Amino acid sequence: MALFDWGLVLSEILIVTIMVGLIRIVRGPTAADRMLTAQLFGTTSVAILLLLGEAQDNPSLQDVALIFALLAAITGIAFVRHTWNTEPETHD
Amino acid sequence: MTSLISLSHWLSAAFILSGVLFFVVGTLGLLRFPDIYSRLHALTKADNLGLGLVIAGLVLQAETLTGALKLILIWLLVIASSATTSFLIARAALNRGIQPRSQP
Repeated sequence: MALFDWGLVLSEILIVTIMVGLIRIVRGPTAADRMLTAQLFGTTSVAILLLLGEAQDNPSLQDVALIFALLAAITGIAFVRHTWNTEPETHD
Repeated sequence: MTSLISLSHWLSAAFILSGVLFFVVGTLGLLRFPDIYSRLHALTKADNLGLGLVIAGLVLQAETLTGALKLILIWLLVIASSATTSFLIARAALNRGIQPRSQP
């Protein structure tokens, strides 16, 4: 379909948004701010893989996107529980 | 029938384009917002809506029912993980003493 030659163009736009998001890694200032860029990678890479899979007529990229979604979840939660953990919480 | 297929095509294109626009807006928020809480808001809300719109467009183009259901599963999984992670990061930031930005 001619419509999804645009899939490659849109994937490139999303890749540019990820590259621009890397500026946040440099500027910080806290570790959690840098972690936000990893979250950005998680959601945007899923969209990139889905669009690429449609543009190249390759359904297996959907499975890769599913794995990326799982890894993004595990990465964020591992960061909070291990790297940025605090002493016993006083509330909740 | 051809008009129905054409409508599905254009609807799919509109969904995907608006989804990409939301991704761009989410990245802008990540760069421009003043503190971690508003950046979390920009990231989780705008990016997840963008992904939802992209997947809605792709579902309209899906050839099999299982393919469409798999796309919807991916979206629900990303939504659940982003909601959980953003809550955990915000709570950890609050426990670390990072105060939300007050009115200027």
